[in-house]
Amino acid sequence: MKTSTQALMSAATGAMLATGPAAAQGIDETINTVFANSTGWFVSLIFANFPGTTFPWIVGWLVIGAIIFTIYFGFVQFRAFGHSIALVRGDYSDPNDAGEVSHFQALTTALSGTVGLGNIAGVAVAIGIGGPGATFWMILAGLLGMATKFTECTLGVKYRNEYADGTVSGGPMYYMTKGFAERSLPGGKFLAVLFAIFCILGSFGGGNMFQSNQAHAQIINVVGDYPGWITGVVMAVIVFLVIVGGLKSIASVTEKIVPFMAALYVGTALIIILMNFNMIGTAFGQIFAGAFTNDGVVGGAIGALIQGFRRAAFSNEAGVGSAAIAHSAVRTKEPVTEGFVSLLEPFIDTVVICTMTALVIIITGQLVTDPATGMFLLNEAGDAIQTVDGNSGVALTSAAFSSSFGWFRYILVVAVVLFAFSTMISWSYYGLKAWTFLFGEGQTKELVFKIIFCLFVVIGASAGLGPVIDFSDAAIFAMAVVNILALYMLMPVVKAEMTRYLERLKTGKIRKFE
Amino acid sequence: MSRKLVVGFDGSDASLRALDFAITRAQTQSDSLLIAHVLEWSPYSFLTPSELEDRHRRRKEELQRAETSVMGPVMKRMEIANIPFETTMRYGHIAETLCRVAKEEVAAMIFIGRMGNSGFASRIFGSVAATLAQVAPVPVVIVP
Repeated sequence: MKTSTQALMSAATGAMLATGPAAAQGIDETINTVFANSTGWFVSLIFANFPGTTFPWIVGWLVIGAIIFTIYFGFVQFRAFGHSIALVRGDYSDPNDAGEVSHFQALTTALSGTVGLGNIAGVAVAIGIGGPGATFWMILAGLLGMATKFTECTLGVKYRNEYADGTVSGGPMYYMTKGFAERSLPGGKFLAVLFAIFCILGSFGGGNMFQSNQAHAQIINVVGDYPGWITGVVMAVIVFLVIVGGLKSIASVTEKIVPFMAALYVGTALIIILMNFNMIGTAFGQIFAGAFTNDGVVGGAIGALIQGFRRAAFSNEAGVGSAAIAHSAVRTKEPVTEGFVSLLEPFIDTVVICTMTALVIIITGQLVTDPATGMFLLNEAGDAIQTVDGNSGVALTSAAFSSSFGWFRYILVVAVVLFAFSTMISWSYYGLKAWTFLFGEGQTKELVFKIIFCLFVVIGASAGLGPVIDFSDAAIFAMAVVNILALYMLMPVVKAEMTRYLERLKTGKIRKFE
Repeated sequence: MSRKLVVGFDGSDASLRALDFAITRAQTQSDSLLIAHVLEWSPYSFLTPSELEDRHRRRKEELQRAETSVMGPVMKRMEIANIPFETTMRYGHIAETLCRVAKEEVAAMIFIGRMGNSGFASRIFGSVAATLAQVAPVPVVIVP
């Protein structure tokens, strides 16, 4: 990381001396090359295949984890779904606790960190490479991921730190240290440190660079090409004002607009889907068929599966451990209630919103098929399916929505920038929690993290999509490696909590407040 | 028979007038007062992660501030008035919370001051007094 930061510094100085578009484009390329070279090894390690296959071990790790939690907790995501909604509605909230963080607030805050570019750009990447079949695996991964999220968020609340001044700190770092100590398991501290390091990297990657990168891609898609570092610097300044300058108004305005943007996005997607309702059957046909057959997509059916799982994990962050940080602030006597609430997140994020994006892309016919065989055609490079205008990522989603509503691309720019921004704010918080866990709390230490965070905003907007998206994934998945390991160790704790709670719920000891 | 009268109180001039009026009523009919201060709060608002972390501390601060700056000045007035009274501080939607307090305490009446905003804003957003008049389970006295 150090080298790329230095390169950025010298590049920025260069920009001040030599003006002109040629020099500016040169900066982007320099940052891009340095970035790709310095992160390549990390990416290859995380995405290494199982020996003798083309199946990345990390994807298997996540899915197997989700399946184990689903079975271990007896399909909690389906059994407790209704109760989760009742909790969010506040049916079980003590009126005397009013004024504390509600379940609804914890859920929406965690969601605003996950609903974002993963749902817009990530899905387009998955479909662009894996074909419609990727959607099937994405939905499945979303449903399974609900159990993982349940596990980590319950633990996040159970083992959080509460300080004398009333603030709380929670998350995987804390359940790894306190939970392991409580069960006299070795290695808790080691895992916590490892997790914190990956969390900091993840906050620079998926929580930051990927966001500014795709925000820039969407802006140039509408206003025309200009160097990425300009977008980067502007966004970095705004992020800086919020997280360093304490300019809360920007953050709270964003937090209030994001839900409306999400509603607008889903609403528009629904309208487009309903306008083409005769295509819905065909689209689901393609989704199911593509999940199990090779329709000419990259890597065949396995390619669809890998892409679907990868994007689902990146979008809903189940197993990553980030949500456990956000959820641990809620005031509740029962940690498991926060687990129940959090299992709605992958559902809303992946099963609902991601599926909407996928359906719109498929229904509006963005993917080019061979009229003779009905198979998808690959692009010239052979690494993705050919699209109508050669788009990929967020541009593909934009093209799909704009084919029905021309004005939607402008809305989408605003949405993407706001989503990117709110995700950055959330991840700056997650990263900071990991940072202070490692280095201790203190204004100077926190400032150092925040400044580095802002620098990565600029790098993200300047680097090409390939290296950024790879590093984003790698950093986020590295968190999941450590986190899921800890979840296995601590899942009996969650089970005991769950059984005790459900027992009392059944016998009427836990009742609704009117 | 001694009844309980709820007074919606937020420290404003209007709410002081309501309190004074309730005091005179209570004195003549030997009723007791329940002075309720509601801090506007919605469990469905959106917060940032650092606001989540801070919320519990902020709530404590808000309650403390309300205790000293809103309820404090009332104490003197009540000592002079020499009638039995209680106070309560709640979080929530103001009109709804006052109704809940009235129900819980089996109060006979709710007293509330009127801000006197007859303008555009209250047409659109409604006013506490108007809402209360519509939904309260007991008679509401709106003091101008």
